[in-house]
Amino acid sequence: MTSTHSLEVIGVSKQFADTKVVDNISFDVAPGEIFGLIGPNGAGKTTTIRMIMDIIKPDSGQIKVLGDSLSEKTKDSIGYLPEERGLYKKLTVAQSLQYIASLKGITAQLAQERTQELLKRVDMLAHQHKKTEELSRGMSQIVQFIITIIHEPELIILDEPFANLDPVNTELLKEMIFELKSREKAIILSTHRMNEIEELCDRVFMIHKGRGVLYGELAEIKSRYRRNSVFLEYEGEFGELKGVVRRNDRYGATELILNDETTPQEILEELVKLGVTINRYEVSTPPLNDIFLQVVGKANE
Amino acid sequence: MNKTFLIFKHEFLNTVNRKGFIIMTLVVPLVALLAIGIYHVASGISKPPPTETEKIGYVDQLGGFDQDTSQGNITLVRYDTADEVNQALVAADIKEYFIIPPDYITSGLIDRYTMQKELYPPPELMTAINDFLLSNLLTGKVSADTAARIQAPLNLVTITLTETGDVAAEQGGFGSFVFPGIFSILLVLSIIFSSTYLLQGLGEEKENRLIEILLSSVSARQLLTGKVLGIGIAGLVQVAVWIVSAPLLLRLASSSIGGFLSTVQLPAHFLILGIVYFVLGYLLFAVISASIGAISSSSREGQQLIAIFTLPAVAPLWFISLLMIFPNNPVWIGLTIFPLTSPVAVMIRLGVTGIPAWQLLVSIAVLCLCIIGVLALTIRVFRTYLLMYGKRPKIGEVFRSLRHA
Repeated sequence: MTSTHSLEVIGVSKQFADTKVVDNISFDVAPGEIFGLIGPNGAGKTTTIRMIMDIIKPDSGQIKVLGDSLSEKTKDSIGYLPEERGLYKKLTVAQSLQYIASLKGITAQLAQERTQELLKRVDMLAHQHKKTEELSRGMSQIVQFIITIIHEPELIILDEPFANLDPVNTELLKEMIFELKSREKAIILSTHRMNEIEELCDRVFMIHKGRGVLYGELAEIKSRYRRNSVFLEYEGEFGELKGVVRRNDRYGATELILNDETTPQEILEELVKLGVTINRYEVSTPPLNDIFLQVVGKANE
Repeated sequence: MNKTFLIFKHEFLNTVNRKGFIIMTLVVPLVALLAIGIYHVASGISKPPPTETEKIGYVDQLGGFDQDTSQGNITLVRYDTADEVNQALVAADIKEYFIIPPDYITSGLIDRYTMQKELYPPPELMTAINDFLLSNLLTGKVSADTAARIQAPLNLVTITLTETGDVAAEQGGFGSFVFPGIFSILLVLSIIFSSTYLLQGLGEEKENRLIEILLSSVSARQLLTGKVLGIGIAGLVQVAVWIVSAPLLLRLASSSIGGFLSTVQLPAHFLILGIVYFVLGYLLFAVISASIGAISSSSREGQQLIAIFTLPAVAPLWFISLLMIFPNNPVWIGLTIFPLTSPVAVMIRLGVTGIPAWQLLVSIAVLCLCIIGVLALTIRVFRTYLLMYGKRPKIGEVFRSLRHA
């Protein structure tokens, strides 16, 4: 049976001793999307990921990968980049790649081909016979990423993949993630950096104290948490406007906070009437960071 | 390909390629070679050429001691007075001298004079003087044959019988004790090294977090089985190298101890039991190492913890001299059945004395049950605690999680 979802998490809970680490969470991830798994430290992200990886068993609920319940076989369809990571120091780059690839169920020959292909892609073919302990930090992180995707997994879970990467390697990694997306792989990105989520993700799931607190398309969530305000770059002067509660002035720009009865459209019409030259007019959406803080703050109350 | 086999292959090759492993494999035969060399050199220095005879003087103040003055390599030269013999010693005509006083028959006292500093008179000299005195005392009183028997009244030959009264195939003795002794030391070495490798490997994977990738690729059971077997077979290869090198070393040592060792017959049941206990002993320590590797926060801490278990393994070797004197003490039954001590205890006991079949059966059964039990527990704690970094669970927590698992 084929499923439209790469991953389905249905009502999953997990308790360690007396603490509920994950409490009845549900979400799904579709092929070809980058899915953000966000939440503060200790929220239950790692436990959730480990349950998807079948390293830890959930107490209740169900997890399906490509429509199948978790088994040793589904492990081969998942690629996982853990947050804190290392490599076998004494093995060469090629040996490390081929060993892990073989554990993911691909043949030795295919593993070798993929090793060459991927190392070439990241311009590291010259380093394939180096021991991993001789690599720079950025290089070994790229190798770890290659290990994650060498067996062509359908579901890829990346835990803080950009941590400690320089801008050049960050760009390389982003490119490769987008390539995977374009090949209809499902990618879960777990990170604290909201700018990465905003840049890369289509949908997000936010977990806080083990519970799902935010779930949906990024754009939809942003509009849901929109403060009723507009952002304006302009030339000229205008006085007080009806329906504007407050204004945050910056040089040549301002943010107008509107009251609940006023729409951005009405304000635009008013400004045009006043003869203000408008260079940019934008219904402002709050940064994901603010939403994150707002949601966590609300949940803590 | 089977994932367990892939892990097995990886662990085996990794262990065999370790510098420490290669050094240990080569060092044991080299040390043996060195020991044989030292033995040769030392025995060459200590033994004078046998053709050279020594002269020692004596003064017979009692009278009648003039027969059998040639005792092996030692010739006894009679002098009339103490002054004369002293002169001879100073002139280095003789090596030393002794005086038989007039009251020798009642006192048995002999005064020995020598320029050598020594802790204890040389045994061959003692024997020579002893035999000289004895044969002179007996001359004319008993027949020559009786005199010879009085000199050596007991030529003991012990024959071990089986329960049916037949002559046993294995006649024991020091020779058959040597192999079990060596074998049990090799067993202990191999167990300690292998469990250290297992611990180090797990510690490393825990520290570099590869364990998460491994556990997300294979099951805990596959990982554990592959590791235990891979490192175990590497350990067996090491022992095999040692055993294969043994005949070579024996040939080198053939003129001395080699000749003695080659007379030793190794009974088949000993070899079979040796292999059985080797494998079972290793498996027990391997699963214990794995669980300690899972629980401990670093490989160093793991090695301290494993010492609690490796000490009992070595313990029977401490009591080896006691065993030689009291081979049937009930303590040995305990050591034979207790799983941590049994592999080595059985090896040693087999060399010295027989072991009743029921004790062997109970001991093997207990060992097998322990392996199965510890393996089951290990697989339970393995996944949970391998993923806990930097903190070691308290004993109570471990037991609680075992109940919950």
